[in-house]
Amino acid sequence: MKGSRLKKLWIGIGLLILLSPLGLILPKVFKAGSAWGEWSAEEIEKIVGYIPKGIKKFSDIWKSPIPDYSFSEWDSGIKSYIGYIISGIIGVLLVVGVSILIGKILARKNGNT
Amino acid sequence: MHIPDGYLGPYTYGGLWAAIVPIWIFASKRVQKVLKASQIPLLALSAAFSFVIMMFNVPIPGGTTGHATGVVLISILIGPWAAVLAVSIALIIQALIFGDGGITAIGANCFNMAFAEALVGYLIYKLVAGKSGITSKRRIIGAGAGAYIGINLAAFLTAFELGIQTILHSGTDGRPMYSPFPLTITIPAIMIEHVLLFGVLEAVITILVLIYLRKSHPELIK
Repeated sequence: MKGSRLKKLWIGIGLLILLSPLGLILPKVFKAGSAWGEWSAEEIEKIVGYIPKGIKKFSDIWKSPIPDYSFSEWDSGIKSYIGYIISGIIGVLLVVGVSILIGKILARKNGNT
Repeated sequence: MHIPDGYLGPYTYGGLWAAIVPIWIFASKRVQKVLKASQIPLLALSAAFSFVIMMFNVPIPGGTTGHATGVVLISILIGPWAAVLAVSIALIIQALIFGDGGITAIGANCFNMAFAEALVGYLIYKLVAGKSGITSKRRIIGAGAGAYIGINLAAFLTAFELGIQTILHSGTDGRPMYSPFPLTITIPAIMIEHVLLFGVLEAVITILVLIYLRKSHPELIK
């Protein structure tokens, strides 16, 4: 399987990234919120009336650099869609980089080429 | 289905970390035996597809959102153990960089979506497809059934892990410490939306991509 044969499919990934803001727009249009069970501490307080202690303690254990695929200044409208696309590009580049690295380590070990 | 930090107590997230690490080691050994350098781009493409398809949040009007995973499609293309690795890479980047799924819950999320979904979905695909040729309808039906059951299994595991928290942990005030809903709520809430909508979406995407690849890249579907 030559990499070049996959060119069309990589273009497909690029198109999906460009279309990804649909994943923000459609939920907004249909007034849908978070995925079930993926609420923030504030959202869960609204639902059950309090923040369970463990959620309070652990929900901020990790500060991700680009939370919710969004850049803090660009949190609504067109800018949020552009932020989402940039997040998609960054994410895909990282995922591809790590996959190639791991793939190379595994392929080198067995000597298959 | 990306469980955040704080929803699972230490027994559950610790137990699932302890389960996923040997699974990753085993998967790496399996992949190492057969992976050729020329197949690395397909591995990377699969991981990228899984990452990007999960960005498409699909709404239930007035309710929650969900998404397809592409996991069973990927296991059909690159084999279930390579799929475990590819999807785990996508899930780990989602957690670390984008806060989509918790750090403590990486073990749980990878167990549910990368391992259980890939393996069981693939098994069902194989059972239905049997030794049929690549143009056979059985392949398509098997892929759809595998995708539908695979994502529903991942959804069920997620609902189960969330739902047992009220049994395992409560604070000194008697209130739940972690995910506050019992199994009688988590299972119907998560399963109904996956059985009726997100499972169907997963099956449709899997079938459409497979039909396209069968024409454009038949060498990918052995």
